Amino acid sequence: MKVLVAVKRVVDFNVKVRVKADGTGVETANVKMSMNPFDEIGVEEAVRLKEGGKATEVIAVSLGPTQCQETIRTALAMGADRGIHVQTDVELQPLAVAKLLKAVVDKEQPQLCILGKQAIDDDANQTGQMLSALLGWSQATFASKLVINGDGTANVTREVDGGLETIQVKMPLVITTDLRLNEPRYASLPNIMKAKKKPIEQVTPEALGVDPAPRLKTLKVVEPPKRKAGVKVKSVAELVDKLRNEAKVI
Amino acid sequence: MTNLVLVEHDNSAVKSATLHAVAAAQKIGGDIHLLVAGQNCRAVADEAAKIAGVSKVLLADDAAYASRLAENTAKLIVGLAPSYSHVLAATTAMGKNVMPRAAALLDVQQISDISGVESADTFVRTIYAGNAVATVQSADKVKVITVRPTAFEAAAATGGSAAIENVAAAGETGLAAFVGQELSKSERPELTSARIVISGGRGMQSGDNFHMLEKVADKLNAAVGASRAAVDAGFVPNDYQVGQTGKIVAPELYIAVGISGAIQHLAGMKDSKVIVAINKDEDAPIFQVADYGLVADLFQAVPELEQALSK
Repeated sequence: MKVLVAVKRVVDFNVKVRVKADGTGVETANVKMSMNPFDEIGVEEAVRLKEGGKATEVIAVSLGPTQCQETIRTALAMGADRGIHVQTDVELQPLAVAKLLKAVVDKEQPQLCILGKQAIDDDANQTGQMLSALLGWSQATFASKLVINGDGTANVTREVDGGLETIQVKMPLVITTDLRLNEPRYASLPNIMKAKKKPIEQVTPEALGVDPAPRLKTLKVVEPPKRKAGVKVKSVAELVDKLRNEAKVI
Repeated sequence: MTNLVLVEHDNSAVKSATLHAVAAAQKIGGDIHLLVAGQNCRAVADEAAKIAGVSKVLLADDAAYASRLAENTAKLIVGLAPSYSHVLAATTAMGKNVMPRAAALLDVQQISDISGVESADTFVRTIYAGNAVATVQSADKVKVITVRPTAFEAAAATGGSAAIENVAAAGETGLAAFVGQELSKSERPELTSARIVISGGRGMQSGDNFHMLEKVADKLNAAVGASRAAVDAGFVPNDYQVGQTGKIVAPELYIAVGISGAIQHLAGMKDSKVIVAINKDEDAPIFQVADYGLVADLFQAVPELEQALSK
């Protein structure tokens, strides 16, 4: 079974993003970029499936500008076998990403696609569900446990609002990862060196027959209203007094 | 212009998140229809028909929708969508699961988790864990939208008298089956709709110590939440998580205990009306958003708080 994992290059989760002065977006120049944390969990899951003998090959796919190859290298260092880079400088929105990934899936024929449930930049939480829809496959989102059964099905435990839910889904399958699925490994230095020799194939949206043009037009991006820091209280008694008599919330 | 809102329910009652999605539809304008997809869920349709401002309730009562599996529910929505200008659902686990699938099948770029309506085609949503606010415009024929419940005042649950119309099921895709669920049981209010929330972080040190927070919660009729660190450490289950990738809450009062205040956590609670932080580290970033900060050892302060609330 081939497993395809999608990896997105995003502003690192530790960076405090700044809105551009002209209101067109956020500053991404000279900012530390990393693999989307949910995608790291996806890569880890795929690599574990390979180590456990369930998967034969792990393919990491990233879409966007040339620097996305760094993100693919990270996936390769974690244990993915090869990479595919869909090269484009167009702003990619989830529907376009899903269409491009579908075209890659049509070519590679994996049985399982693993995506992060959400990218920490656009916070859209769409691409996995959309890819599954376009492929006509089953979907298991927000996965915290994946068990591949021998009979062409998988059992997936999902993190839902009230707790956990388990569903049985037919393969082929798209899953999206939640935080508790696994704890991603750090790539070792030898594996980082080895990853440099692993192949990355480059393709373009044109070659895949997909128009990646964005559908949503961003009219402006602004800073959120700032909360101003309040006061420090000296004791629990003072706190309760303030909540009762000043804020009047209890 | 007609909006279709997907009702969140458990086959017996309407979940309150739905009322907030209806409120967003009211802001968009035009008629509002609701879709109740479930099994043996007539009671839900009856309840939905009373929501203010709703003119019609579509009821799809079929085994295929018993647990709102995405594959079957999206298929139903896709069949109905061409009659509508907007299709909305609350940003809940169900809405997030189902709506993008329907959007892709409709060849529509969904607008996720909106926090404002500027016009019928222009919406406001936060990006980068709430550190930027984007205004986006959609040219798609049908707008597929998920709605951040905390950003819209709930529509009135009563006052309406919509007609209920049965709609044919769209069929079982056979792709997925519900196996079971483990839901957290609690007598306390739901995290996302509670008037007061008290959350614990890594500083709580263990799941047992969360009982201290529960005691305070019971005094205040509050819900208990947690930071990602506390959930990852196994102190409390996943459904407690407040933050960018967990639940978004905006109660009247949010009490953060032993939570440092990473931006990912702030994204889930900074729209709360009043924020209290209790932390022994006076430099913790949580104090930058707190209305009232108490620098103290939580193991002394929390029991003291419980005592003080009894007075």
